[in-house]
Amino acid sequence: MAENIRLEIVTPEKSVVSDDAKIVMAPGQLGEFGILPRHTPFMTTLNVGAVHYENAEGNERFVFVSGGFAEALPDRVTILADSAERRADIDIKRAKRAMTRAEERLEQYSKEETDFTRARVALLRAITRIRIVETR
Amino acid sequence: MAQLKEILLKINGIKKTKQITKAMNMVAASKLRGAQTSSDAFRPYSQKFSEVLGSLAESSGEQANELLVPRERIRKVHIVLCASDRGLCGGFNINLIEKAEALAKEKEAQGAEVSFSCFGKKGMEWAKKRKKQLVESFLGVIGSKVSFTIAAASGRNMVSGFLDQAYDEVYIVYAQFISMAKQLPTIKQLLPIPPIEKIEANDENGKAYQPEHICEPSSEALVGELLPKSVQVQIFSALLETSTSEHAARMMAMDNATKACNDMLESLSLIYNKARQAAITADLMDIVGGAEALKG
Repeated sequence: MAENIRLEIVTPEKSVVSDDAKIVMAPGQLGEFGILPRHTPFMTTLNVGAVHYENAEGNERFVFVSGGFAEALPDRVTILADSAERRADIDIKRAKRAMTRAEERLEQYSKEETDFTRARVALLRAITRIRIVETR
Repeated sequence: MAQLKEILLKINGIKKTKQITKAMNMVAASKLRGAQTSSDAFRPYSQKFSEVLGSLAESSGEQANELLVPRERIRKVHIVLCASDRGLCGGFNINLIEKAEALAKEKEAQGAEVSFSCFGKKGMEWAKKRKKQLVESFLGVIGSKVSFTIAAASGRNMVSGFLDQAYDEVYIVYAQFISMAKQLPTIKQLLPIPPIEKIEANDENGKAYQPEHICEPSSEALVGELLPKSVQVQIFSALLETSTSEHAARMMAMDNATKACNDMLESLSLIYNKARQAAITADLMDIVGGAEALKG
């Protein structure tokens, strides 16, 4: 049997994922990256996006993460996220509401304001959540 | 007879108080469990976080980030005071406030201006009454569900205040949870960030931690990201500890109150029984005296 890597996704409030994976893909700050077993030690910050991995049974799993950082070691990957939700736990209604709200705000504010940046990030988070739920 | 009734009234009153203190004790106990669960949930994150930060700080060398450099002259000191929203928890809040006040006095004696932010109503009320400079306050955080968002917001304010030269030093005063019976008011320096301890982190196999990472974008940039976050992590852990401590302190206080009620009930029922007996004896004497008189 092929080797697996241990994937841990933790947030300050709880541990979200603790699973064995064959491959882990995560949204790094400089672009998406994939981790296979025996990866060289690697560390990066994360963007808002989807972590997806294939578990030991070969099923694909999606997890939403917003910010944080990831550390890869030969036998494990640890992701410390500001917030994280498994696909099944995403509240799609809330995400849609957040999207409409963020869009409204983006129309109101001029581009220099900090509120604009905040709304833009909120929109990004909402869209990512929706996309994770609606893939496949 | 009047005296008997009074004592009975008192006994009933104390019984009611005892019911309340007992109920509060049980509520605090269940809340304490909740607070301990969230502390436990946070532990893996904080452990990993300090591990990573320690190894990064080592590999990036002493290339000092601005957040790490102590200022030469301390003109403005900021104190974050964590206390509870509600009372009835013994000396818990007083101890915390005294600790903060002592720190403020010490800094003022060195010629610094001291400002406060408060978590919890008790701290805020104190700061207002003493006309302290209160920058911000958060209510309804400690003792209920502490969310990381609040700690993050407050942490960001601290870091930007420090970078804008609004604060030269930032401290946090919180209650460290040592045991059910002991909660220690503690001062921790948040900013400038004290030199990061290089922990000898071992994984389960006892292998030493491998610090040689490829870093993206660069280890300096990563440290720059992580340091402000470490302030947020510190604040969050202080909030969690204070919450746990508050419930433990309230449990102890209510336990003591229930015990005091029991003591009082015991001595009062003794007095009550004595008085009742005396009344019966007096009545009997009356009857016997009357019967003797009729015979005669």
